[in-house]
Amino acid sequence: MSLMTNTKKDNPGAAYTLGPLQAGPPCCVPEPLIQVDNLSLHYGAKPALAKVSLDIYKGCITALIGPSGCGKTSFLSVLNRLTDMIPDCRVSGHVYFDNKDLRHPTLDVQALRRDIGMIFQKPVPFPLSIRRNIELPLREHGMNKAADLNARVQQVLQDVGLWEEVKDRLEAPAQALSGGQQQRLCIARALALRPQVLLMDEPCSALDPIASGVVEDLIQRLRGQYTVVIVTHNLAQARRIANYAGFFWVKERAGCLIEFGQSKQIFEAPVHELTAAYVQGKRG
Amino acid sequence: MSKNTLATGLVCLAAVLVTSVFVWLLTDLVMHGLPRLSGPFFVEASQNAGRSGGIAPIIVSTALILLVAIVTSAPLGLATAVLLSEFTRPGSLFGRLVRRSLDVLAGVPSIVFGLFGNAFFCLYLGLGFSILSGGLTLACMVLPLLIRTAEQGLQAAPNDYRLAAAALGMSRSAALTHLLLPAAMPALVAALLLAIGRAGAETAALVFTSGYVDRMPDSLLDSGRALSVHIYDLSMNVAGGDANASASALVLIGLLLIINTIAMSLAKQWRIVTL
Amino acid sequence: MSLSRTDRQLAALLRVCALLAAAIVLLILGFLLKESWTLLRQVTWTRFFTDASWHPVAGFYLLTPMLSATLYATLGAVLLAAPLGVASALFSQYYAPPLLAAVYRRLIELLAGIPSVVYGFWGLTNLAPLIGRLHPPGVSLLTGILILTLMILPTVALTADAALAAVPVASIRGSAALGLSRWEFISGVALPTARPGLASGILLAAGRAIGETMAVLMVAGNVAGQPHSLFDPVRTLTANIALEMAYATGGHRAALFVSGLVLMGMVLVLVGLAEWFGKERPHV
Repeated sequence: MSLMTNTKKDNPGAAYTLGPLQAGPPCCVPEPLIQVDNLSLHYGAKPALAKVSLDIYKGCITALIGPSGCGKTSFLSVLNRLTDMIPDCRVSGHVYFDNKDLRHPTLDVQALRRDIGMIFQKPVPFPLSIRRNIELPLREHGMNKAADLNARVQQVLQDVGLWEEVKDRLEAPAQALSGGQQQRLCIARALALRPQVLLMDEPCSALDPIASGVVEDLIQRLRGQYTVVIVTHNLAQARRIANYAGFFWVKERAGCLIEFGQSKQIFEAPVHELTAAYVQGKRG
Repeated sequence: MSKNTLATGLVCLAAVLVTSVFVWLLTDLVMHGLPRLSGPFFVEASQNAGRSGGIAPIIVSTALILLVAIVTSAPLGLATAVLLSEFTRPGSLFGRLVRRSLDVLAGVPSIVFGLFGNAFFCLYLGLGFSILSGGLTLACMVLPLLIRTAEQGLQAAPNDYRLAAAALGMSRSAALTHLLLPAAMPALVAALLLAIGRAGAETAALVFTSGYVDRMPDSLLDSGRALSVHIYDLSMNVAGGDANASASALVLIGLLLIINTIAMSLAKQWRIVTL
Repeated sequence: MSLSRTDRQLAALLRVCALLAAAIVLLILGFLLKESWTLLRQVTWTRFFTDASWHPVAGFYLLTPMLSATLYATLGAVLLAAPLGVASALFSQYYAPPLLAAVYRRLIELLAGIPSVVYGFWGLTNLAPLIGRLHPPGVSLLTGILILTLMILPTVALTADAALAAVPVASIRGSAALGLSRWEFISGVALPTARPGLASGILLAAGRAIGETMAVLMVAGNVAGQPHSLFDPVRTLTANIALEMAYATGGHRAALFVSGLVLMGMVLVLVGLAEWFGKERPHV
């Protein structure tokens, strides 16, 4: 099943918003898939995040906005337990994914990362062929038959719109692709594992405007079937694609969540004055 | 004369002095040794206590000793390097202990390795004066160098690969096998070559472990004479052996030169410190 | 750290290998002690410094002549190699045009790659006869010092080169802007900044000199007596072991292992000092 249709569903339900304004019709069911409760994060003695609580809604695109250094990337890294790989990183608080405690020590982290994928700011194609880039994680997760692998590779490349461009050179090195193609390949690689959630850390910031536009279109097409959490500095982009938005700011040298709500409300009628100042470009 | 001019003069004088000594050394070796370097030199056995004839058995012995040294130290060294680079938290007690003991090992003088090799491999393990004893002793000697260079090579592999592989739910073993080890391969090869170079130059550790016999060895348990030991014997114990000693020295220097040059160019690609 | 089962198994295997590698040094110490024990049990350690002479077969274990030879040779070599080595590094960093500097550096690297036995051979055939003409015999403490100098020079030069290369380019430009001459910059800025690296390199070279066997064995003569002048033939601790190991038995052999322990101790102290001096001190 490809991603070419964009399903809009009615949603009358109230969302997690602080203000009196009800935002316009969001396009997805307000069912929280990830629930973050009082999350704090320290690198050694330095605090990075202070008591962040929010919900990520299933099938929606949630944008995390705010200036650099507010802990947005750190926040993202907690959601797929990538913080485990950072030495001296202490996390406290609770995160529930599909009602399971994500930070529980006995959780199968590899299975978690199959369900929650991540796209990095700088595209990271492996120094292998295009086909191998996608096949390698699939093989690691148990898919062995050549027929299955070929089908999945073709499908995800079609989903990200790369198939026509690379179908004749699947054995070519992935690092020879252009920046935008590489990032789309990385998205295809993540999609191949059929995740529920995609975490994206400024996926377009290292790309030229045209490639950026292509990737942005792709992200929009993910809505509904996938849940997307995207960190972005590009307010216009957030305005364009997000259903929900969370605004981060630095307070007492730690990042914290100032306001969270439906994006229409955040951008057009923010409650907090800092939010208003930021989205109107007066501060940042 | 100002201080600046004096300093310039002294520094340049030092450089000239060092260069002249080096040129003197090389010219002397070439003048005395080159005439003896010929096809037969490499394939004949030595005659007349080494004054004439060739160094074929010695080359074979040297090659075997180096082979034993590398085959035994490479797996152990690579495993330790992978552990230190990929599976140890910075500042962990285990990591610090391992590193500290390897630093100490790196400082042990070569003659002490000779003593150890003699006591442990030759006597305690009963291997006697043999190529095996010599090779194993050299393996202990080059291990710290191998580990240090290999670890640097692994550290230089892009960390992005580790994070991206982890984000895809790949195990560290998979990331190592498919991504990191291939990426670090030039540095790992450099590590091996540096170890071979270091082992090939070694004399003191071999004199009491692999012995002096300059026949063609039949097995690893035979005693064998390495090239460096041959040069030692010819210059100290054999009157009139100087010409062949010079020739052997040229061969040894030539071999080490090739090995070290390849190793250093591979390591420089990866910006690794080879001191 | 979140490790999968295969990862945990691999880590366990690797840990065993690392422990084996780490245990080698303990094994060496152990066997040195084991072989020395017969003697150390019978003889108080002061006898190594107070016995009449070094005559192990007769029961005299005076180590001081060899210790003195080692110390004098090392001291002499360091006193000569340190200025020459640092000057070489200064030459290639600040005085020579880039091409010449590269060639010179290559030369030093080649010198570092020449095996000690070749240095010893050249010293025996070229240097010793020359010195012999000055003051017979040619093999002497002086010859030993000169050969050792040549051998540790590359170590000093290359570490000094690396230490000087780390002096920030900004300070070079800064002092040029202040109108400092080249020597004023070197003595006032570069050398002080590079001091930890220089000290560490010189100490490392001293450690190498102490541990050097073949070259000194071949050129310093073979007399186990206290050196009284530079032209006396001497025997260093290392040469002593190498010369007598072949035929030593019983207490004699144990005495050689004791001197091996002494050597190891000396080198370890130096390596420790080199590390301590090499630690970065904060720039004032």
